Amino acid sequence: MAAQFDLKNDGVVVIIGSGAGGGTLGNELAQKGIDVVILEAGARHEYEDFVNDEWDSFAQLAWKDKRTTSGDWRVAKDFPNLPAWIVKSVGGSTTHWAGASLRFQEHEFKALSSYGKVKGANLLDWPVTLAEMESYYAKAEAKMGVTGTNDWPRLPGNNNFKVLKAGADKLGYKECHTGNMAINSVERDDRNSCQQTGFCFQGCKWGAKWSTLYTEIPKGEATGHLEVRPNSMAIKINHDASGKVTGVVYADKDGKLQEQKARIVAVAGNSIESPRLLLNSESSKFPHGLANSSGQVGKNYMRHTTGSVYAIFDKPVHMYRGTTMAGIIRDEARHDPSRGFVGGYEMETLSLGLPFMAAFLNPGGWGRSFTTALDHYDHMAGLWIVGEDMPREENRITLHADEKDEHGMPIADVHFDDHANDTAMRDHAYSRGQALYAAVGATRTFPTPPYPSTHNLGTNRMSEKPADGVVNKHGQTHDIKNLFVSDGSQFTTGGAENPTLTIVSLAIRQADYIAAQMSAKSI
Amino acid sequence: MVTIYERQPHERKPGLSRRELLKRGGAGALLIISGGAVISPEHAWGLETAALKPETMATLIQVARDIYPHDQVPDKYYAIAVKGHDETAAKDPAHKELIEKGIADLDKKAGSGGYRGLGWEEQRVALLKEVEKTPFFQAVRGGLVVSLYNQKEVWPIFGYEGESYSKGGYIARGFNDIEWL
Ligand SMILES: Cc1cc2nc3c(=O)[nH]c(=O)nc-3n(C[C@H](O)[C@H](O)[C@H](O)COP(=O)(O)OP(=O)(O)OC[C@H]3O[C@@H](n4cnc5c(N)ncnc54)[C@H](O)[C@@H]3O)c2cc1C
Ligand code: SF4
Repeated sequence: MAAQFDLKNDGVVVIIGSGAGGGTLGNELAQKGIDVVILEAGARHEYEDFVNDEWDSFAQLAWKDKRTTSGDWRVAKDFPNLPAWIVKSVGGSTTHWAGASLRFQEHEFKALSSYGKVKGANLLDWPVTLAEMESYYAKAEAKMGVTGTNDWPRLPGNNNFKVLKAGADKLGYKECHTGNMAINSVERDDRNSCQQTGFCFQGCKWGAKWSTLYTEIPKGEATGHLEVRPNSMAIKINHDASGKVTGVVYADKDGKLQEQKARIVAVAGNSIESPRLLLNSESSKFPHGLANSSGQVGKNYMRHTTGSVYAIFDKPVHMYRGTTMAGIIRDEARHDPSRGFVGGYEMETLSLGLPFMAAFLNPGGWGRSFTTALDHYDHMAGLWIVGEDMPREENRITLHADEKDEHGMPIADVHFDDHANDTAMRDHAYSRGQALYAAVGATRTFPTPPYPSTHNLGTNRMSEKPADGVVNKHGQTHDIKNLFVSDGSQFTTGGAENPTLTIVSLAIRQADYIAAQMSAKSI
Repeated sequence: MVTIYERQPHERKPGLSRRELLKRGGAGALLIISGGAVISPEHAWGLETAALKPETMATLIQVARDIYPHDQVPDKYYAIAVKGHDETAAKDPAHKELIEKGIADLDKKAGSGGYRGLGWEEQRVALLKEVEKTPFFQAVRGGLVVSLYNQKEVWPIFGYEGESYSKGGYIARGFNDIEWL
């Protein structure tokens, strides 16, 4: 039975956000018998409620509250009020996510040592290594049912994958397969196997794809130690005179302000909302926001160097059929500065339905050059580029000077300028992607600009030294012992890999640490 | 309210006094303005306007096609895609003015025959290029991206199959049926 805790109960751990980080942490703590309240800004939609329709699903699940943008990135021009594609719903972005689950490479945990100083970048080594993370990665893969691990077969390749694989073979790429996907290739964990529906980005109606919504959360609730409170938007974290956090003020479903008392607070609202909340929790004791003695809260915003390549062939492909992202080439993920940039990138299959293709293929584009591309929609194949981008202090989340949301909380501004390394990497990836499809006979290819960010990282980063970042190697803030960060905003650097497996692994590890600290009575 | 109505077969012959006869470049279908409506006698649909002049609506339909030209997509879907402007115009005088003035401006630029009188798509597109930066054009183009391509009825024309859950996904319906590689 799901628990229900009193607002005045100051023994609970309060987690803000129920996505990859928050949902996992909540279940892990509950399994250890620790009482948890998850405050989730969005509503609860179970997987039967998901819709196989791009715009309707976006309307149902996505975070649509206004944000502003600045900087030279193209998203600011194309989607000035939609910098990121993030979910506001129980389960967070693990409802919309595609399931690609990759471990970081060893050198990526040591970006500064591996790449050296890069001008205009705020590189740093993570305070954890791959060796320390390995056992947690293994736990996360087992929990999420990642294909290609634990003897679970990889997914069968769909049409879009077959085109990718044919091109990879032509270019001599060695590591190309249907990926490590947190999608059941066989029935397990009381959930279906993938039915190749092709609406992974709209929420999996079969429950085949891992989401905290129907794995971690109900499992945690079954312990009687977890309460998930939907439609509860955290606005401010309170603290006492000693500087310890004591509770979270949130707007409930009726917009009324409540305060949930807490022994520990863990912030997991994804990399735009987490720093927004910390900055908005300023007080006379912490005039620059909570946990911000380093001044790094909100800074070093990363979004991965992304872009897509679509290609048209003289024969049909039907790329939208089947698992959206089950297909990867890993050969370019290595660090090889001879290519003209540091770090590497992955190439993964990607498909959009006709409505999103029209919106994202070339935002703002019109006329025959644009429409003749869509005329051949069923002859298209596509891949997505995801590579390491450079952390920069100027790339940051700030509170808007005068615009506020319905609860009176300043909205977030997202500033991003591409680093020269990002641009060089993207151009390299475009040319490889275009060459790949040309090698299979594409008659036309499209280097498609980045979409609103789905991977949002780095805005409360981990650091060895308190002066360099916001949290320590356990996601505990350097400044406040009972305040944690549990989402992708902890990332010191981004790596080339899709981030969620690492977010989940860090959350499992953090749960162990919190439990140990609680029993030692040190928090 | 804008209504797009299918006309009954016996009504198909335009026994209407043609206030204006509109020739569209390319396919050569006819749009007729009658009273408060734009009518396509060939394809048996009509569209009644509430706030915008029907002539404006007819031009707007042409503008929509010139922005996102798909020769295999009938006018009806462009009409559905722009009818929201008439609905908004009925509630918001500023929007009405934006659209009426935008269209009047295009007509003026086009010369004596108006925008729809220009025979070649290239001629019309050249005018659209001139106004590409205006709020009028931005409003029309921006809205169309969703209102045209999010019509389920047009998806099959592009070979997009839409919803698949109710059919059991593609596991037995061709997710890996590519043969030409
Ligand atoms: C379309 C799409 C495809 C993706 N595909 C992949 C993929 O294949 N592989 C991969 O690794 N990653 C993928 N991602 C990214 C992945 O979803 C995220 O990295 C991951 O979910 C982030 O976890 P998180 O815990 O940081 O935040 P989220 O999962 O976004 O959860 C944050 C939650 O916090 C809530 N919240 C925020 N602020 C507040 C507040 N103030 N009060 C209360 N609640 C709040 C939000 O409503 C949300 O539910 C994809 C994302 C999208 C959108
Ligand atoms: S393709 Fe598979 S994982 Fe994706 S939505 Fe369909 S059943 Fe779920």
